[in-house]
Amino acid sequence: MPDIITANRLADGVVVFQTAESTWSEDFNDAEVLPDAAATKAASARAAEDAARNLVVDVYAVAVETRNGHVVPKALREAIRAAGPTVRRDLGKQAQGLGPRSAPIAVGDA
Amino acid sequence: MYHYDDFDQAFVDARVAQFRDQVDRRLAGDLTEEQFRPHRLMNGLYLQLHAYMLRVAIPYGTLDARQMRKLAEIARVYDRGYGHFTTRQNIQYNWPALKDTPDILAELASVEMHAIQTSGNCIRNVTADHFAGVAHDEIADPRPYAEILRQWSSLHPEFSFLPRKFKIAVNGATHDRAVIQAHDIGLQVVRNEGGEIGFAVYVGGGLGRTPFVGRKVRAFLPERDLLGYVEAILRVYNLEGRRDNKYKARIKILMHEKTLETLKGEIEAEFEARDRALLDLPPEEVARVAAFFAPPALELKKPVSDRVERRRDKDARFASFLAANVTPHKAPGHVVVTVSLKPIGAPPGDCSADQMDAVADLAEDYSHGEIRVSHEQNLILPHVALGDLPAVYDRLASVGLATPNAGQISDIIACPGLDYCALATARSIPVAERIAQKFGDGAKARAIGPLKVKISGCINACGHHHVGHIGILGLERAGEETYQITLGGSGDENAAIGQIVGPGFSYENVVEAVETIVETYMGLRADASETFLDAFRRVGLAPFKEALYERSAGSDI
Repeated sequence: MPDIITANRLADGVVVFQTAESTWSEDFNDAEVLPDAAATKAASARAAEDAARNLVVDVYAVAVETRNGHVVPKALREAIRAAGPTVRRDLGKQAQGLGPRSAPIAVGDA
Repeated sequence: MYHYDDFDQAFVDARVAQFRDQVDRRLAGDLTEEQFRPHRLMNGLYLQLHAYMLRVAIPYGTLDARQMRKLAEIARVYDRGYGHFTTRQNIQYNWPALKDTPDILAELASVEMHAIQTSGNCIRNVTADHFAGVAHDEIADPRPYAEILRQWSSLHPEFSFLPRKFKIAVNGATHDRAVIQAHDIGLQVVRNEGGEIGFAVYVGGGLGRTPFVGRKVRAFLPERDLLGYVEAILRVYNLEGRRDNKYKARIKILMHEKTLETLKGEIEAEFEARDRALLDLPPEEVARVAAFFAPPALELKKPVSDRVERRRDKDARFASFLAANVTPHKAPGHVVVTVSLKPIGAPPGDCSADQMDAVADLAEDYSHGEIRVSHEQNLILPHVALGDLPAVYDRLASVGLATPNAGQISDIIACPGLDYCALATARSIPVAERIAQKFGDGAKARAIGPLKVKISGCINACGHHHVGHIGILGLERAGEETYQITLGGSGDENAAIGQIVGPGFSYENVVEAVETIVETYMGLRADASETFLDAFRRVGLAPFKEALYERSAGSDI
């Protein structure tokens, strides 16, 4: 299953994603999609170095899938983290156009 | 209310300076995250789903207008223009930057506030009845005792590394509004036959993964023994509480494993061995602290206001507000106003900076500068003259804070859930919003009567679902949110843990399930005066089970 690598930026806590250039981007869509376990392992090792250099904290891999042609996190938790609170569309990455390109997570029937 | 003395101020200022140094060292790379984490947690700074989260203590839920304005300013300058009032009478900011937190703590210290003891395995912020000092049924104001416990427990070296967090609540009225039996220690103020003040002491209550109602270990603890006895409980717990498994580390598990009688015996033995000279509480110290909480001098007024009656007659929504959000004050001609932070369709407990400022202004103009925060995630204006109600109502309405639903089905407690919390397994806020939208704050909600719905987004139960009349627990199953419903829980003096009604419901169907439960109650209640909880206690789970799983399509799990 493909993965991306995510973390929080140390100084302000903003959720960031590792890019193909091994930099960190606030935009989910800049995340490098890692096709297999070997790629995830190598990227995680690079990310761990950035954690050791005090750039980011709480580094981990997030499983992603392609839905309607867009890369999205597989788990609801990660989809919310990548977009922002479902109850406040004006906050988080979704408010800045930095969230996943897929349709927003439904809030309900009301 | 309490005001810092020089010692308190120096202590809090020193703490801010220490944390500033720790943050500087972390940002400079001199501290690793592993080294830094305990420091940030001891100052209330968590790393949550989207960002850091700062939890600010509001001791026993009492604050003044100046402090509320500071909370608004912090929300505006350092966060995203709002804060979230929690089920522990605290406020959380959801988006602060680490680099800004020393400045935020300095701002808080300038108004006698801090974020100490809002995290970690220590004695947490002590909570109390939000109607303290104004309730009709009060034996004594619980806040002086809560404040004494706060001073004694702040950074207490022996109790800063307990097996797990430790929560104390104090209630001073006959009706328990502080959920004391769901706390590690619950203190109920009582009077003995001689008229002396003391405490009924409950130990081992708690929600979370393994919920227990607290058990009474003392029917009457004399006031002077408060600290000695609380220390004895903590000593036994600190020594014997499990440290091998965080899910079995709370004192409730120790009590369950050892039995009430054994634990009680150990507490009493420890209490007998205490240092009396050090811990006996001098009456003059109680009086000194109590003086801070002396009620304001309220002008005696008529118990009926023509202005209020005229407005009630012509304005149905104002009449609803009077019925739901206004409680008699112990001083005639005055009332206690509950400011609902549950507007229909909005996140429970959220409050914008502008709303905080508006409440601060109202407190200054109409409530002797005082504000309370309830564990039910509402605000309280505790000392309002009856005749001022129309003006207070109009100003609340102008900032979206006059929702007339206190105590009703749409006055829902909900934890932040998966929308904000790193530990959550499902969303709780949008479920609360949808239930509130379904029942509203009008005739339908009024017809249902008092009904406490409490929602947690994970097993840790920050949303108190176990003690909700209707409790909802959000879990994750096979990648989907699923909601388990419990019925018949209660957090008052007749505390009870709710019973699981049956298999869970999907995110889509959980609101409909609540509707079925409510319709079933309406159909079986003896008359409109029989509340949901009373009716449940009479009929039990069976009719609700039948309605949910047999008559309808049933659970979708």
